[in-house]
Amino acid sequence: MKEQQEMRAVYCATMMEMAEKDNRIVSVQADLMGGHGMKPFAERFPERSFNVGVAEANMACIAAGLATTGKIPFIHSFATFSTRRCFDQIAVSICYAKLKVCIIGSDPGVGAELNGGTHMALEDVAIMRVLPGMTIFEPVDSVQLKAALPVLVAQEGPVYIRLYRKAAESVFQRGYQFRPGKADILKDGEDVAIIASGLCVHEALMAAEKLERDGIKASVLNIHTVKPIDTDAIIRAARETGTIVTVENHSIIGGLGSAVAETLAEGCPVPLMRVGVRDRFGEVGKQDYLMRAFGITAADIEAAARKALRDKC
Amino acid sequence: MKDSYEELTDLALEARREVVRMIGGLGVGHVGGCLSIVEAMIYLYYREMNIKPEQPDWPDRDRFIMSKGHAGPILYTMLGLRGYFSKDLFATLNRPGTHLPSHCDMRLTIGVDMTAGSLGQGLSCAIGMALAARMDKKDYRVFCVVGDGEQQEGQVWEAAMYAASQKLDNLVLLIDDNGMQIDGVTDDINSVRPLEKRWGAFGWATIAINGHNFREIERAFDFAGKTTGKPTAIVMNTIKGKGISIAENKCSSHNMPLTAEQTAEALRELQ
Repeated sequence: MKEQQEMRAVYCATMMEMAEKDNRIVSVQADLMGGHGMKPFAERFPERSFNVGVAEANMACIAAGLATTGKIPFIHSFATFSTRRCFDQIAVSICYAKLKVCIIGSDPGVGAELNGGTHMALEDVAIMRVLPGMTIFEPVDSVQLKAALPVLVAQEGPVYIRLYRKAAESVFQRGYQFRPGKADILKDGEDVAIIASGLCVHEALMAAEKLERDGIKASVLNIHTVKPIDTDAIIRAARETGTIVTVENHSIIGGLGSAVAETLAEGCPVPLMRVGVRDRFGEVGKQDYLMRAFGITAADIEAAARKALRDKC
Repeated sequence: MKDSYEELTDLALEARREVVRMIGGLGVGHVGGCLSIVEAMIYLYYREMNIKPEQPDWPDRDRFIMSKGHAGPILYTMLGLRGYFSKDLFATLNRPGTHLPSHCDMRLTIGVDMTAGSLGQGLSCAIGMALAARMDKKDYRVFCVVGDGEQQEGQVWEAAMYAASQKLDNLVLLIDDNGMQIDGVTDDINSVRPLEKRWGAFGWATIAINGHNFREIERAFDFAGKTTGKPTAIVMNTIKGKGISIAENKCSSHNMPLTAEQTAEALRELQ
């Protein structure tokens, strides 16, 4: 079931709660303040809210400068523009300089919908993942987002947050405890493990239910933090089930699937099926169309799980 | 007794010698762009900036960003001369495990306020610091040096617009207009001039000076200090490689080899 509140509304409310207690928190925008639901923040904290206009590179480095003085700036744009548009600025002025900047990349993958291929970030995790010191977090729903934000603010170093803006499918219940760097085990099962992130977690759970009806017991793990990744949980899942499926709203090159493949190859080689976008750009479409076009629906996950089971033998 | 300008001139000579020794000791380095801004750096670190070398992380200090990060050696010279660290460190420039890398690194060198090296980013970082000062109601100022070729990076103009838009009169930009970049004369490659007019059109207070003349540098900083409601750009007409004939006014001095003989000759010229 869809959550009642949009992710961006919960994001802004959580930011305001944090900012009330912590005057280091600053919002820096690049002409998408409204799009990120951050106007209430700007109204409440006008002196801690900046809008640099359509200038993402400038935004990234202004945030770096703010961070040198102890501020905790959050920068915002669509995931395409807050990562690849200012990649060198993030690499040098933020990561290499070891500065605490929180980077919000919104509308990842299919979330870009009618903005289409130019706005559809399918490589943002890949390029952020290669930067030393970068933490990468992608919430599944607003409960997890709200629980994670204060923890991410408190930890050292830059963070990339892949933020779906609209109402997400509800996965976590009130009272959910966010454990940094630790996968959420959403379902136990010994036949196959499905490791998913972001909005694909809900699809993974639906696929697992379907498989269960046929007597196949799939475990479902949510990797909310693809870097640093929970190596122990992945290897444990591989040992317990002997075969893995990854699911992501991102290219299978460089994202969750790659990270899990790297982990398995070094720690516990087992058959692996990667469900994700297969080396192509995005296109215009509503979310359900795009998920089918990219092959990241529950049905695709189910098929991959059956294949993974066959590969195990 | 020497007057103030003579003292500064002596310091500039000393600084040039240190840069030549530092780079000559290694055999290669960014000579040209260090020597073109010696006077500006001396004035900043001995007269203008409100700093405490004994407390490099003093929160209320003025900040300095070497956006043309390859001019690290002249910044290290200032920090060493002012006592941020021992001058013995100069000899470690670019040696394995050094605290003095070619390009400025705030995590390696005491007294460096911002990492730089990828051109075009420093002014934006300076804006972040200047905004922080305003937010915290502190009166520290932020000084930033950019090269002339560096202004071909579009981000410099993104920053130019925003600094003026935010009326950041606690921000001072020094432009090292030595007219040369790696591949040749800046005007021949992609002209950034007329700089005064361009920065003025972007909403900055501007002043053009001879960047090797301390009286003019003093006048420019007085002008910047009195300017309200807008940031100041000081366009410094400078000579790349100033002070040693092997480098002076030569594009090739951007990053050049310096043999032991050439180093010795350069040091003789700097007596």
